Amino acid sequence: MKNNNKNIVICGVGGQGIILASNVLCYTAFLEGYDVKKSEVHGMAQRGGSVITHVRFGKKIYSPLIEKGGADFILAFEKLEALRYADYLDKNGVIIVNNREIVPVSVLVGSEKYPVDINKKLKRYRKAYLVDAEDTARSLKNFRVVNIILLGFLARFLKFKRQSWYESIKKYVKQKFVDLNIEAFNQGISLNR
Amino acid sequence: MKTLLLGNEAVARGAWEGGCNVATAYPGTPSTEILENINRYSEIYTEWSVNEKVALEVAAGACFVGARVLVAMKHVGLNVAADPMFSMGYSGVTGGFIIVSADDPGMWSSQNEQDNRYYARHAKIAVLEPSDSNEAKLFTVLGFEISEKLDTPILLRLTTRICHSLGVVELGKRKEHNVGAYVRDTKKRLLLPIHARLRHIIVEKRLQKLKSYSDRFKYNRIEWGGKKLGIITSGIAYQYAREVFPEASFLKLSLTFPLPEKLIKRFSRAVKKIIVVEEGEPIIENELKAMGIKVIGKEKIPICGELTPEIIRDSFAEKKRSYPKKKMPLRPPVLCPGCPHRGVFYIINKLKLTATGDIGCYTLGALPPLNAMDTCICMGASVTNAQGLERAGGREFSKKVVAVIGDSTFFHSGITGLVNAVYNKANLNLLILDNSTTAMTGHQPHPGTGKLAKGSAGKRVLPEEIVRGCGVEMVRIGDPNNLKETETLIKEAVNFDGVSVIVFRRPCALLVKPSQPYWIDPEKCIGCQLCLKIGCPAIGLKFPDDREKPLAVIDEVLCVGCGLCVQVCPRDAITNKR
Ligand SMILES: Cc1ncc(C[n+]2csc(CCOP(=O)(O)OP(=O)(O)O)c2C)c(N)n1
Repeated sequence: MKNNNKNIVICGVGGQGIILASNVLCYTAFLEGYDVKKSEVHGMAQRGGSVITHVRFGKKIYSPLIEKGGADFILAFEKLEALRYADYLDKNGVIIVNNREIVPVSVLVGSEKYPVDINKKLKRYRKAYLVDAEDTARSLKNFRVVNIILLGFLARFLKFKRQSWYESIKKYVKQKFVDLNIEAFNQGISLNR
Repeated sequence: MKTLLLGNEAVARGAWEGGCNVATAYPGTPSTEILENINRYSEIYTEWSVNEKVALEVAAGACFVGARVLVAMKHVGLNVAADPMFSMGYSGVTGGFIIVSADDPGMWSSQNEQDNRYYARHAKIAVLEPSDSNEAKLFTVLGFEISEKLDTPILLRLTTRICHSLGVVELGKRKEHNVGAYVRDTKKRLLLPIHARLRHIIVEKRLQKLKSYSDRFKYNRIEWGGKKLGIITSGIAYQYAREVFPEASFLKLSLTFPLPEKLIKRFSRAVKKIIVVEEGEPIIENELKAMGIKVIGKEKIPICGELTPEIIRDSFAEKKRSYPKKKMPLRPPVLCPGCPHRGVFYIINKLKLTATGDIGCYTLGALPPLNAMDTCICMGASVTNAQGLERAGGREFSKKVVAVIGDSTFFHSGITGLVNAVYNKANLNLLILDNSTTAMTGHQPHPGTGKLAKGSAGKRVLPEEIVRGCGVEMVRIGDPNNLKETETLIKEAVNFDGVSVIVFRRPCALLVKPSQPYWIDPEKCIGCQLCLKIGCPAIGLKFPDDREKPLAVIDEVLCVGCGLCVQVCPRDAITNKR
């Protein structure tokens, strides 16, 4: 599995816009000339369940799934989900986590507990970044762009042309929201670490 | 030209390029996006049929005239459509006929992981198994040709990871297929015993022809590597095995029924050891064993669940890799904030009723804290199971039983059970949860919406009109977001002797514009947690700095302002005024 291929796990809670973000990422990689595969989750889990998407690009990709310990990046839209899928991270991998807690109903009904000191647990990974995407989204007056803000943060680690990102955003985002999403993407790129 | 497509989008593209004239489907994960994408092509007539049997039969009728047809469904949908599929296996085709079965190993969104490659063997029709998006497109195009050439329906067998994986696809142009005019051929299509006996003989001959075609089929191919190990594989398992066994030789199977026996024997003579890497049932494995070939398969690779490269690697590793078990709360799917199903389940739970359930978003009403469903067997079974409960449990017991069914499910297979209950004088209380869409699978229209597959207007068929037509005497319509009304109606229904139906009507929360979110006044909240009983993911608890008891809070990002929680708060602490 280890060669020059890049493996990226995007995870979070169903409904957070993970599929759109991963589509934009894949198409950008495709525009940059790579073979691309992605595996995503539809159906039941999209109703507020735990969701993981695998993105792989490189010269030639066979499996759309990443193996545990094989991800160069994890982009997590929620902290508990970051922790859940952290086994996928390569020991030199980067984990980017949205600083947001969505408490699962299993916790609310009292049968389980949301991990305390989760920030500390996440910081244990060598290259971990906690990002306040909701704050940026609030300043843009639209919580739906959290996904693109986070994608922007990831983008600074990937050597893709800004133009490819924009073209890709245009392909997947409704015309009237393109400007907003490009703005969100740019804010994501320049967010504080 | 190349682009990126999901497996399902690729099948749709393949249908278009392959000259498909008519496509039908009933939604079901992981198959749904096939028809959704075919809907974009003006050259193809499409419809969301009311169920899979109907879809397959409409497609069959079009095939009789000479149209190229495609019908798509999830694996369990083929159980519903099995009857006409078996007959079409005998009858054969006029225009090319593709049945897409999207299987769900791992049961991401299903009640079982049946392997429909068995079905094709049972019905004696050919199987094509793509291993990525590009092949999904290609095999759809080829499927029409093979179907017409060899007079067989084709089972295009996909799995969740094919359907929902994105990959690079080489695009082609559409080759028009002329439908022609209908020609009567009763020996072929009127399956009376005297005709069917002759058809069976033809089917057996067809299988022989298919077998030699399979030997010549270009996508049943050998990829030579080292000769120490040979891998025989198909579908997504091929992609995983390429990662796990980079040194091996591969026999990549694409037309997997009937198997290419000669090719298999040639390959097996050339390699020292053979592993069959197969997801699900040991179907290829058993057929190879019947050919007298020694292979390793399911004694190593699990039958249960979905395969991954990791699982295959671990199946053959000396030592399995282990990861420290982390204790972590699960996050199962939940009814969305504002979901109109919530109110009904809240009342079912409150009244401590037994509820036979059905399949859809509303099945999530079974989970805590609502806990308002006892059974879920297959689509339509809520109605009939409830009747059975009454027949064995008695009339008194049945007064505490309700059957809960979604609107799309009602049209799919609830109506026959309802007629059965009326006819057999049952005491049945049926609650139809009408959110005016097929929500679980991503909002497809159905007869109750009056919208057609491509968006234009059809004729709207209302559940209450059907219900009255079936002879149900007590029929009510209610708003599930009004808890008082919901409770009154359900009480009235369970006290009614005979069949009663309540249609709870309110559109899916994902289809309406969110209202102003609510918030909870910490000065008024007493921390009683009654609002948590509705199981809304937008309501949580927070420990204020100065108190030891947690108070309820509403997540402003998630709340859509449905106001259900307002009705259960004893202190009027929940408001949308700032
Ligand atoms: C035979 C069969 N076909 C399709 C499905 C997939 N499926 C599950 S639920 C559902 C529709 C649910 O729609 P509805 O009854 O309106 O309930 P909602 O999800 O809108 O609450 C479908 C198509 C299935 N499980 N079984």
